[in-house]
Amino acid sequence: MWKLLKIELFKIFKRPRTYIAFGAIAAIVFLFQIALWFDGKTYIELILSNIDASFDFSDQFKTRLLNGYFVCFAVLNILLIQMPLLVALIAGDVIAGEANMGTLRLSLTKPVGRTQYMLGKFFASSIYTVLLLLFLAVLALFGSILLFGTNDLVIFRSTSIHQMSRDDIFWRYIAAFGYAAVALTTVASLAFLLSVFAENSIGPIIATMSIVIVFTILSEMNIPLYDRTIKPYLFTTHMVAWKGFFYVRSNEEGATIKGSIENLPAILKSLSVLLIYIFLFVSSAIWIFKRKDILS
Amino acid sequence: MFIVFKRRQCSKYSLVALFFLFYFMKANAQTAEEIVQKIKMKLEKINDYEAEGKMKTNVAFIKAPLATVKVFYKKPDKLLILNQSGISFIPKGSVNININNVFVNMHAFDVIDAGRDNAGLRVIKLLPKDDTADIVLSTLYVDEKNMLVKKSKTTTKENGTYELEMNYAKFLEYGLPDRIIFSFNTKDYKLPKGITLDYDDGSEKNGDKLKNKRGTVEISYKSYIINKGIDSKVFNR
Repeated sequence: MWKLLKIELFKIFKRPRTYIAFGAIAAIVFLFQIALWFDGKTYIELILSNIDASFDFSDQFKTRLLNGYFVCFAVLNILLIQMPLLVALIAGDVIAGEANMGTLRLSLTKPVGRTQYMLGKFFASSIYTVLLLLFLAVLALFGSILLFGTNDLVIFRSTSIHQMSRDDIFWRYIAAFGYAAVALTTVASLAFLLSVFAENSIGPIIATMSIVIVFTILSEMNIPLYDRTIKPYLFTTHMVAWKGFFYVRSNEEGATIKGSIENLPAILKSLSVLLIYIFLFVSSAIWIFKRKDILS
Repeated sequence: MFIVFKRRQCSKYSLVALFFLFYFMKANAQTAEEIVQKIKMKLEKINDYEAEGKMKTNVAFIKAPLATVKVFYKKPDKLLILNQSGISFIPKGSVNININNVFVNMHAFDVIDAGRDNAGLRVIKLLPKDDTADIVLSTLYVDEKNMLVKKSKTTTKENGTYELEMNYAKFLEYGLPDRIIFSFNTKDYKLPKGITLDYDDGSEKNGDKLKNKRGTVEISYKSYIINKGIDSKVFNR
């Protein structure tokens, strides 16, 4: 299995297109950081405009608010919506790409079971996803800390504001990145499943992105009809649960409780929904692949 | 005959007693203007101060940790609340947490005696002479014995009503409080979900419950450094 995994990883990282995703992430993160470095005050003022009738915000407040932790959160908020595309780019290609090149039949002539073969490919896609996320973490978190320094983190939710002291943030990022790895692996497993049906990698990549976009729109819509019927079952609803690590509990006087998470059971529930999806997508892919006539 | 004499004698003594009581009360009672002047004189001893304390913010839609703050004051009306290393949401009108600011422009107000409240504090109302002034009405609740303002209410045209409650102990001599509770009006807070892309973990409160609530900021002072001089640049932040 390990040998199979190494071969699959070699295949993934030999292709130049693999590095497009790393390049795109680096470009987006740097552009965002540079934009905030030069004009972060305007961005902060835009966010604060909703409450500036009740509070006084000094320049020092704005400078401190725009710290590395805050910038990283803003980057993740934007990038974790785009990242499924970058993940689908590789995961959608693992089977369909081989079929397109005509190497799939040849690969299966080797003394390896189809299940093992598929699992090797899935784990390789997952490792790629995790590496992509680690790359994002290093650039977005450590890069932003280096540029903007550290301070308390303030999260602006739709109807509430959550503030965490600076010594209560780093572990939340580790947990959030861990969760995001599972969320993106769900997308990878969907692309992996769709890849089984295609002879060309464009199809599964576009199909994965279309599903993610449609589901994301449905997840973000606030229509009572969808709220209880469709939304709880969409994996995209649960993909954003990494943010839950930045929602804190407060005591009766409104003061943040250090080290608290507002609703950990909800995050764990979302995590299990994603794990079920991964299991369903991967097992379906293997089941279908095992019964498939490999003609190319 | 004896009974009539007794009654007459009794009412005469009562009248005399009442006269003296009224006389002494009148002699000891201070007018609202006098009280205001005495407090003003007491507070005028303070040219500046730098205080250190813990600040607790209690606003319906904000969850913030307890903050260590420094409060700088300089005559006549400069005030700055500074979180030493972190971030603190400072409400508008927080300059009013320093009661000295009420006494800066006393000549611009008419002082009205409004009697006493249930706790026995003298209630003094300050009405601005200028109709266009932002302050509509200020009410002071004064502890006459110690010449301390225990509570104040200020109603403004722009930012609603501010209330300030002060507890005195260690710094009583200077008329500086050990603990203040500043309450203020908060406007509605709401950002579109399309921007925040929130994770719905079912914990967001109903928006209506958060509307038009009053917020409070509580500062417990640990120390004051009084009249040691503060550079005006401190306030330019």
